[in-house]
Amino acid sequence: MLTILFDGVAYGMLLFVLAVGLCVTLGLMNFINLAHGAFAMAGGYLTVIMMNRLGVSFFWCLPAAFLASAVLGVTLERILYRRLYDKTHLDQVLFSIGLIFMSMAAVDYFMGASQQIVNLPPALSGRIEILGASIGVYRLFVIAICGLLTVGLQLVIARTRFGSRLRASVDDGRVARGMGIDVTGIFALTFAFGSGLAGLGGALGAPILSMDPSFPLKYMIYFLIVISIGGTTTITGPFFAAILLGVADVAGKYFIPAIGGFIIYTIMVAVLIFRPQGLFTRSAKR
Amino acid sequence: MIFRSILAWALGLAAGLPLAAPAAAQETVKVGLIATLTGPQAASGRQKVAGARLYMAEKGNMVAGKRIELIIKDDTGVADVTRRHAQELIVNDKVAALAGFSLTPLALAVAPVITQAKTPAIIMTAGTSIITERSPYFVRVSFTLPQQTVPVAEWVAKEGAKTAVSLVSDYGPGIDAQDAFKMRFEERGGKVIDQLKAPLANPEFAPFLQKARDLKPDVLFLFVPAPTAGALMRQVIDRGLTSANIRVVGTGDITDDDQLNGIGDNVLGLITSHFYSAAHGSAANQKFVAEFKKANPGMRPNFIGVSGYDGMHAFYEALKKTNGDTSGDKLVEAMKGLTWESPRGMMTIDPQTRDVIQDVYIRKVEKKDGELYNVEFDVVKQVKDPIHK
Repeated sequence: MLTILFDGVAYGMLLFVLAVGLCVTLGLMNFINLAHGAFAMAGGYLTVIMMNRLGVSFFWCLPAAFLASAVLGVTLERILYRRLYDKTHLDQVLFSIGLIFMSMAAVDYFMGASQQIVNLPPALSGRIEILGASIGVYRLFVIAICGLLTVGLQLVIARTRFGSRLRASVDDGRVARGMGIDVTGIFALTFAFGSGLAGLGGALGAPILSMDPSFPLKYMIYFLIVISIGGTTTITGPFFAAILLGVADVAGKYFIPAIGGFIIYTIMVAVLIFRPQGLFTRSAKR
Repeated sequence: MIFRSILAWALGLAAGLPLAAPAAAQETVKVGLIATLTGPQAASGRQKVAGARLYMAEKGNMVAGKRIELIIKDDTGVADVTRRHAQELIVNDKVAALAGFSLTPLALAVAPVITQAKTPAIIMTAGTSIITERSPYFVRVSFTLPQQTVPVAEWVAKEGAKTAVSLVSDYGPGIDAQDAFKMRFEERGGKVIDQLKAPLANPEFAPFLQKARDLKPDVLFLFVPAPTAGALMRQVIDRGLTSANIRVVGTGDITDDDQLNGIGDNVLGLITSHFYSAAHGSAANQKFVAEFKKANPGMRPNFIGVSGYDGMHAFYEALKKTNGDTSGDKLVEAMKGLTWESPRGMMTIDPQTRDVIQDVYIRKVEKKDGELYNVEFDVVKQVKDPIHK
């Protein structure tokens, strides 16, 4: 029982790290970036290449995946995304969907379409017993990293000067610019950070979810569910939404395998009927 | 409008006739190989094409005075594309036979086409039992899942296992596998406590594996399609099932030769049943593996590669028997009852069901020369599909 809960939390945490970047761009920058999963895939595949072809330790792959995806993110942001900030949401959706297909085709071309497998270092594989529940070491590691990230993110956005500048730029870009805030720079940095988190999520997820070129499409649905249940005005909203989904998904498949796969969709529908603005949103701002 | 299309059709026919005549004079017989060369199943297509090409390179392309030409099409793993290619190959290229079909739905999609056109189709992968019943022109050289499953069910029962849980992917072949396992295991006095089905597109096996672990069976039987096997085996090991005194067994799909080395040393000792292993000891296989590796650097033949090779053999032999006659009915008739020594061992095309009868081996993953192999240690001779009546 505890094991199931634990697995669910780990899965949810992973979903959260994968989705939080999208939450940042969508909620804070008001930009619909469906291609978010492509950055996660970039991080995942970088891990695969570094570990399997170059023999780099998994622990180095994590920061590398973060940095590489962040650089990729900021490059694309400078070249492509910034032109779409003031376009309609439909334009943004079409553009980012196109980007997904391009990323899938590119990965297929260079890496092949088969699933890539990442073998964990011995320090992270195996299981330990805690309170009578048998727990995978890797999942514990995922929870620890994601937990730290969540706390860090929340602090940065709520407490730091950068956080308040970011919120100001989002609320009213023109006034913020008038106050001497470098709005463009802040957006670029935020976008890079969001993409970096996706890359880190992809790297962390690679051993559990396994990578193939359809990754961005396959997980887009999960990201969107997390965002729609959690709302985008806070970091904590999507966090709890992701945990809820992870636990419900794992527990559902364990206890009622016959309908297990549908449970997360049922939850989403229920939440959207009763709280269309999202479970954890205090007020619908936009 | 209608007049115009009739005119176009008549013109096409008139244009086609003089073209067809010199083709017949050259005595070319075409075989359409529909493989999945892109998408998640791409690895299967590469193996199949490599196997078929190797056979033609070894035996030459002249059979019964005719030149054999292989036309390769990529169906991307999508059933309507398979069907479209089948129609085009039959109508435009006038192939004598089709071959390939990496997944069950792809094979089923062409059943009406080949029945209508009376064109034989040699199945080189797809493993659901019913396929060959859907058209009298299907001939299978690969395997059926029940055929692969029954021997391992027998083996674990013989080893003294009393209880079992099965975990399969929730689609045709998976259901076939779990039913065949339950049938034979319970016939031998065992009890299947639970039959778990994971969605086909399911990356997270954790809840299913945890359930299997908590049920504490003697045996956990696994089947997932080969490309998913790596991810599943990772999670099986991570969850410590093998150390919890649960014997994990499966069909050879989970320790596919193509992927085995990528899964890693954790699967050492895993027991599976299947009809082909690259480590099969016969002289025919050693030659096959060596030639295959020489022609395709960096690849090792797996069960799909050998089926591609044997599929071409079946066609060559049938054409020899009909003396170059390419009528579909005669070719199918000629393939029925064919017996030969394949790299996998002796195999026969069952004259009643047009399905393959072959030896199924019980194998264990071992390390040889720094690579992982499925080493065969037991065999059930000449297994027929247990579901066909």
